[in-house]
Amino acid sequence: MSALDRAVAVRAAARPSARRRLRDREWVWGYAMIAPLVLGLGVFYLWPVAQSVYYSFTEWTLFGDATWIGLDNYRQVLTDPANAKALRNTFLYGGLTLLGIPVSIAVAALLGTRGLKLVSFYRTLYFLPVVTMPAAVAMIWSWLYNGDYGLINYALSFAGIEGTSWIADPDTALYAVAVVGIWTQIGYNAVIFMAGLQSIPSHLYEAASIDGAGRVRQFFGITLPLLSPSVFFVSVLSVINGLQMFDLVYLLFRKGNPAREETQTVVSLFFSRAFEEGAKGYAAAMAVVLMLITLALTVFQFRMQKRWVHYA
Amino acid sequence: MTGKAWALVCAGALVAGLAGCSSSDGGSSDGKVTLTYAYWDKENQGAAMEKIAREFTRTHPNIEVKLQFTPNKEYWTKLQTAAAGGTAPDVFWMNGPRIGLYASQGALLPLSDRIARDKVDMTKFPKSLVDLYTLDGKQYGIPKDFDTIGLWYNKKLFDAAKVDYPDENWTWDDVRAAAKKLTDPAKGVYGIGAMAWPQELYYNTIFQAGGYVVSDDKKKSGFDDPATIEGLKFWKDLLDQKLSPTVQQMTDNDPIEMFKSGRLAMWYDGSYDAPQYFRTEGLDADVAPLPAGPKGRATVIHGLANVIYAKTRHPQEAWEFVKFLAGEQANRIQAETGAVIPAYEGLQETWVKSMPKFNLKAFIDQLPYARPYPVSKNTAAWSRPELDAMTKAFTEGQDVEAVAREFAATMNAALAQEK
Repeated sequence: MSALDRAVAVRAAARPSARRRLRDREWVWGYAMIAPLVLGLGVFYLWPVAQSVYYSFTEWTLFGDATWIGLDNYRQVLTDPANAKALRNTFLYGGLTLLGIPVSIAVAALLGTRGLKLVSFYRTLYFLPVVTMPAAVAMIWSWLYNGDYGLINYALSFAGIEGTSWIADPDTALYAVAVVGIWTQIGYNAVIFMAGLQSIPSHLYEAASIDGAGRVRQFFGITLPLLSPSVFFVSVLSVINGLQMFDLVYLLFRKGNPAREETQTVVSLFFSRAFEEGAKGYAAAMAVVLMLITLALTVFQFRMQKRWVHYA
Repeated sequence: MTGKAWALVCAGALVAGLAGCSSSDGGSSDGKVTLTYAYWDKENQGAAMEKIAREFTRTHPNIEVKLQFTPNKEYWTKLQTAAAGGTAPDVFWMNGPRIGLYASQGALLPLSDRIARDKVDMTKFPKSLVDLYTLDGKQYGIPKDFDTIGLWYNKKLFDAAKVDYPDENWTWDDVRAAAKKLTDPAKGVYGIGAMAWPQELYYNTIFQAGGYVVSDDKKKSGFDDPATIEGLKFWKDLLDQKLSPTVQQMTDNDPIEMFKSGRLAMWYDGSYDAPQYFRTEGLDADVAPLPAGPKGRATVIHGLANVIYAKTRHPQEAWEFVKFLAGEQANRIQAETGAVIPAYEGLQETWVKSMPKFNLKAFIDQLPYARPYPVSKNTAAWSRPELDAMTKAFTEGQDVEAVAREFAATMNAALAQEK
């Protein structure tokens, strides 16, 4: 055997075991690759969720001693009228934010208009509220809404209407927050809808116009059905965001605002129970109930999508 | 990796862990100790606190004090989380509504033995404040400052309406009559601000009407007591007669700002807000003792205390610092900056002179009949619902008596849960 032959033979003999090692290593490396994400999710999402569930069965005093009390927290959560009110407010708020979807579609359609000048300027303008800090948003809007000096009431005064203190009036406060919530989301939603609109093949429109369909008919016959996956995605997100409403409510309704009771959402009530009144076990039970409600609603939305969502 | 390499890594981690333990001890090789002192009012008191910390380190060279500022809004949330995790600051500001909870849950170091050993004279502080920070016979905090409420008034508006300035003989009737004369809707000027704030407004009138907020044994709410309701109605009547901006208006526009800009002629507010009125240019204001109600005179007295965290690593050094804070020198520094009335006896005069254009003596003169800020063991459990309920009671079209009675039931339930 020549040296070369010998080398080839050695390599051939080594190959199977080398391959096995490699396979083993792939297995290890695969886990190593996803480890950062899995660990991150586990430590920062799953573990806290598990802990919350555990603490929801305890009475957890201010400084960390938790005693097991079974279902007492849940009994209280389900019978406290303040929670029912907060849930009603939260649903109303979540429902109102869905009104932002048609507005976002309109904005997306307008931004997609062929031959529109300054298009990137407009896109930036509409996206700006999305990247603005909630604290700044809340501050600007509370000026706009001010009953005595606000711009909104100033504008209304030209029409002879005397506006109220929008965010201090229990009758208007929730709607006022919903407007701010919709306003901050339009930019994000419009981006998704623009992508959806651009993916609709243009030959469908050509065919439709040859068949004599007008703009309105085309919109309802082609655009809307083919945009429905985007609408579905946005509505699921809107509902989840709506149910988790906290920052704007916390920032706009300070202590001593007469409209606070009418705008208290589940999460803002959770915050005051847990961190202001110190009833952490009780608050954990609230969070678990909210999680279950969100889950149920999302499952419902996914079930319903068969009826109206068309995947091209 | 070989077994040797692993051993090395493990050993390294072990060493690092040990090093971590010793370095987080707050002490270093030369025996220096760093204490953390948490507080929430930088605007008015930051300068005084820094000066006190410097003075302390000058006399105690081996102890350094690091100030930890947290805005009031987040102070308690942060402190609570830190205390639950065992990492609260060594020394921190405490207030009346929270002391019961923190002391009863074992978060604070009892100071009685140390006070007795080092002969700290507690009679130098107002008795109602010393009592506020005593729980089950043990002293948990040493008073830092105190505040009372006074009737602030805008002299310019009083002159324009030709109304005599308030004095120590005023009663509720005088307030009502003056408010009527001072209100001028055309100019957007109101006689008084009737906001649903407890300490500054309705607690005072509740006491002046002979009512109470929480019974002495902390078992019963006073909000269904007819005298308490009378104290609330004083404000509600002023609101109903439009002698005050509505609660909505005062939510949009902070009543303190409205007083500063001359839209409120009278305004009940604490001694702690004197510095900002003092600094407001163009505001020609002064202050008088609170007018007497049907059952005589009263004002709410409240004060903060310095407390030590139960799990501090340096109880001895922390106590040295608290003792210094309780002494004359630290109190004098507080008095000179005018931020707060120092709790230490005999230094109130220094504070009164710090803002000569105001009759600050009015706050001190009310001490004999001052009533402690009402608290129970877990005040937070009812104080927040109380604010919501009273805000509602003060809004247009609400029956203050019905709302107060309804809230009394809520508060009684919260009190029943205290152990």
